[in-house]
Amino acid sequence: MSTRLATGGRLLDKGRQVSFTFNGKRMTGCAGDTLASALLANDQVMMGRSFKYHRPRGVVASGAEEPNALVGLGTGARFEPNQRATTTELFEGLSAASQNHWPSLDYDIGAVNQAFARFLPAGFYYKMFMFPRVFWKHVYEPFIRQSAGLGKAPDAETRDADTYEHFHAYTDVLVIGGGIAGLQAALAAGRSGARVLVMEQTPHWGGRAPVDGGEVDGKPAEAFIDAAVAELEAMDNVTLRLRCMGAGVYDHGYVLGYERLSDHAPGADGPRHRLWRVRAGQVITATGAIERPLSFAGNDVPGVMLASALRDYVVNWGVSAGDRTVVVTNNDDAYRTALVLLDAGLNVPLILDARAGGGGALADEARARGIRVETGKGIAKVKGRARVTGVAICAQAGEGAVLEEVPCDAVAMSGGWSPVVHLWSHCGGKLNWDDALAMFRPDAGRAPTGHDGAPFVAACGAANGEFGLNAILKDANTAGQTAARATGHKPGRKGAPKASDAGDEAPLEQVWLMPQGANIKLRMKAWLDYQNDVKVSDVQLAAREGYESVEHTKRYTTLGMATDQGKLSNINGLAVLSNVLGQPIPQAGTTTFRPPYTPISMGAIAGEARGALFQPIRRTTVHDWHEAQNAYMEPVGHWRRPYCFPKAGESHEDAVQREVRATRDSLGLLDASTLGKLIVKGPDAGRFMDMMYTNMMSNLAVGKCRYGLMCSENGFLMDDGVVARLSDDTWLCHTTTGGAERVHAHMEEFLQTEWWDWQIFVANVTEQYAQFGVVGPNSRKVLEKLGGVDLSKEALAFMQWTEGTLAGIESRIFRISFSGELSYEVAVPASMGRAFWNKLLEAGKEFGVTPYGTEALHIMRAEKGFIMIGDETDGTVIPQDLGLNWAISKKKEDYIGKRAQARSYMTNPERWKLVGLETVDGSVLPDGAYAVGEGVNANGQRVVQGRVTSTYHSPTLERGIAMGLVLHGPDRMGEVLDFPRLDGSIVQAKIVDHVWFDKDGEKQNV
Amino acid sequence: MSEAASALSGAAYEGGLVRVADAGLQGMVTLRGDLEAEAIRAAVREASGCDMPGQRAITAEGDAAVAWMAPDEVLILGPHARAGDTCAALEAALQGQHHLAVNVSDARALFTVTGEDAAVREVLAKLAPVDLSPGAFGPGDFRRSRLAQVPGAFWMPQAGVMRVICFRSVAQYVFDLLCTSAAPGSRVGYFEA
Repeated sequence: MSTRLATGGRLLDKGRQVSFTFNGKRMTGCAGDTLASALLANDQVMMGRSFKYHRPRGVVASGAEEPNALVGLGTGARFEPNQRATTTELFEGLSAASQNHWPSLDYDIGAVNQAFARFLPAGFYYKMFMFPRVFWKHVYEPFIRQSAGLGKAPDAETRDADTYEHFHAYTDVLVIGGGIAGLQAALAAGRSGARVLVMEQTPHWGGRAPVDGGEVDGKPAEAFIDAAVAELEAMDNVTLRLRCMGAGVYDHGYVLGYERLSDHAPGADGPRHRLWRVRAGQVITATGAIERPLSFAGNDVPGVMLASALRDYVVNWGVSAGDRTVVVTNNDDAYRTALVLLDAGLNVPLILDARAGGGGALADEARARGIRVETGKGIAKVKGRARVTGVAICAQAGEGAVLEEVPCDAVAMSGGWSPVVHLWSHCGGKLNWDDALAMFRPDAGRAPTGHDGAPFVAACGAANGEFGLNAILKDANTAGQTAARATGHKPGRKGAPKASDAGDEAPLEQVWLMPQGANIKLRMKAWLDYQNDVKVSDVQLAAREGYESVEHTKRYTTLGMATDQGKLSNINGLAVLSNVLGQPIPQAGTTTFRPPYTPISMGAIAGEARGALFQPIRRTTVHDWHEAQNAYMEPVGHWRRPYCFPKAGESHEDAVQREVRATRDSLGLLDASTLGKLIVKGPDAGRFMDMMYTNMMSNLAVGKCRYGLMCSENGFLMDDGVVARLSDDTWLCHTTTGGAERVHAHMEEFLQTEWWDWQIFVANVTEQYAQFGVVGPNSRKVLEKLGGVDLSKEALAFMQWTEGTLAGIESRIFRISFSGELSYEVAVPASMGRAFWNKLLEAGKEFGVTPYGTEALHIMRAEKGFIMIGDETDGTVIPQDLGLNWAISKKKEDYIGKRAQARSYMTNPERWKLVGLETVDGSVLPDGAYAVGEGVNANGQRVVQGRVTSTYHSPTLERGIAMGLVLHGPDRMGEVLDFPRLDGSIVQAKIVDHVWFDKDGEKQNV
Repeated sequence: MSEAASALSGAAYEGGLVRVADAGLQGMVTLRGDLEAEAIRAAVREASGCDMPGQRAITAEGDAAVAWMAPDEVLILGPHARAGDTCAALEAALQGQHHLAVNVSDARALFTVTGEDAAVREVLAKLAPVDLSPGAFGPGDFRRSRLAQVPGAFWMPQAGVMRVICFRSVAQYVFDLLCTSAAPGSRVGYFEA
């Protein structure tokens, strides 16, 4: 059984007990435990079931690479699936549940899949579920969703109880990894005065060195680590962050760091996670290495662990995976585990060294201490299902004939080490295959490069393929000094400290399958990717079926595609593939490493952008007033505008109809502040305006307004609005709501790229003004009542503007109309917006003043036959389609879009044209409905001959009115068209003139 | 104009890492033109008493300041009531010199973030992609950048004080951003000397 040892556990505070639950069962651990170590201390070796076959699985590793020990952590608003037990710090009250089991971890129905494993080979889903197609939705998908998958998604109705934030940090040198290499690199860089930021993903400095031993400057590695941290902490130019993972390296020295602030203390003040958005001059990846499993039958039985992890659990957390541990290895490092286990008083009945020649000095030491060492031997298969009970031994060179069975509780395996090259590779760093050490290591000659073509990432220490303490420190020292120099600092010449080197090591031998001639039965139980249940036999099958590229094999077998992204499996899988293909490993290549290094929370990515801060909402100066009136708001761009102002008990439809009638009968008010306002000024402004708009703007007289159309260079109508000429060299352009930024950018683009020599400045003054529509037969009266400006017909005619002090407030008054009524738009400084609005309401009382929303505005403009950008236009409509030829200057030599509008397609008489539509029965046409014609088109679809672009119930006409684009429309007045509804019924509508209301403009010209 | 109101009418937040407050109405005039031209430089000096700032800098004199916004744009700060006159004065002084002077006082909101210097820097560094370490940013510096999802600009009149400008329509969003960034328990500790 796995248990807590009486001694050891350098990271534990054994005096502080911590209670937690696993699958509802109460357990106890110590402060300093990870969830994995605490579970082992409670003899909970099995921690979950596998993805596809539901096999019992136990913890394999001790860190970020863990594929098996995934749990659902927390409950309710703090529930999170797929959390690695190995990187979860234990805290009081922690509640964890194993995943992918049903009904319970111990008795799982899905495990029958295992019995059918030979029928679930690689690519099974692709092969099986192709046919019949309809089965996908109703049979296969529900089945897969039920039986596969890892953690459950959090309940859709719960809201994350925690907060998250971003932080932008700038530094000269960023060191990722706080092991012995990272610390030495930071010292070397920090001593030069460079700004240094060090990120370490675990809560502890020093990495593996305290476990693996060795001496630095004659003292234990731990003493060096303490001294290094103390020296770094004392430097003002150095920042150290624990629990902060380097998640991704991007172009131009941009790096994301993922800091877990309160995962170990849920509910603490402040954010749970912080996303560091770092700009670094130089990045040093000191990310260490990950041990590889060996591929033998039953290498996934709970109790089979990486040799280094077993060692970590004993030294760091004082837990043993079992009393008797068999060690199996192809290198010398695993002997350290055997020696550590002996030191802890545990039994190592056997070391299986796959190498015929065996190991070096460490092997000699193991033998000297009485451990039986068998060379040239391996594991034929592991005995036991939910727990290791023993191993069957065979010759590595053979096919798996069992020589002997040895009882044991745990197996420590080591297939060599892979440098963590992920962060080096994210931004294009290339790798070389080192055949002697059987690993990919960074090629310093092909580093990720910055804007200047110079490298900005360097790997050092084990991440760079250096494994001796001396070599690591030297490599790190050089990396730190080089980075300091590259960022303009003088690093000095201080060398790396001297470390004791381990004795002679025998070279590793590549072992990709154990035994090397394992038969198919053994290969089907030899796991490569634990998390996605991919076996040696699957990769071999994929290769036989023609998936020769590693990227194809990956997708076909799902090798390396789980949440651990193949940290343990990629190299082993690659080696198996290359063996089948008979080509060397580097030729088979490796897969692409992409950020993040391990999964990061969605919350960290979102940062502060949730709830009210999810998206900026633009508010006008009277937004609060609208809300206080219970206005029904709708989004228009980032603005919120009142759609209507329903009174108590009134439906939105009724409110809209009432607002239209009140405005047409007496007085309506519209908050038009959201309309864009751009000032165009300069000696060349006139000819610029003529280019921007389809009509003439240069000849507009000062004091006058003109409606203008703006097209894209492809001729399509993109915006419209009223232009006012403010002075000799200054025009004011109104744009649609939310269009100001787009139109401003459009103008700037042409100014900066085409007409850079024209003397023009454009300024966006949209928000400087609050602007209100004062609309209806009593609009002049109410403004006159406010007093201060002569607004008589003679003083201010239709399509003119004036300035003055209205009700004591500095105002610019435009006499324009978007409703067909006598109407003004009054612009006042935004700081006076609310004050002026209040005055309008007060003065308007006697006229029954009615604030109206966007829907009433739409109806009134439609009654008058005015088009609306976004309704009558959709990016494919030109002004000519809308009968707006009157607003297109024939005199001008050019304007943006003119040439495009001359293309044959644009001048085709078959283009649908704008007309009015009236239903025969007076009902409202469905929005977007199509008019059908005779027969079917080449695709067998019903021929169409027009579509509805805007449709409303008009309170003025007391019937449904609509505008639409219709084939030969203007020539077909009076014809009746058929518009099918969604339910298949037909509504008939007559083609009519699209100006229903006051065609001659008598109402607005009073 | 006693009824004139700033975007959030003096809203303030305390109890977090720093104090965040609507700074009230502030006169702001955008001037675009050739910043190298002597006529422009003289007009700016005459209108504000300040010298033309260098790139990404701000100059101040009394209650006026001039901030560099772009290679052909400065923002002239002064009392709200004076902004119109400043515009008119610039217009008059720059007759015949291509330029644009426009009052944008009410198009903006202004916030003051005050507190411990390092905390003030942190609150902004959570929102803006700007190097806010004391060695890279201090009094005299000006940044036109973004605050989370919206444009913003800021400067430090003195240690422990940040003035933050945004568009008026998103004043509530920016105020909420600043308050959220100043939430208790969220100190980063990156700018500690």
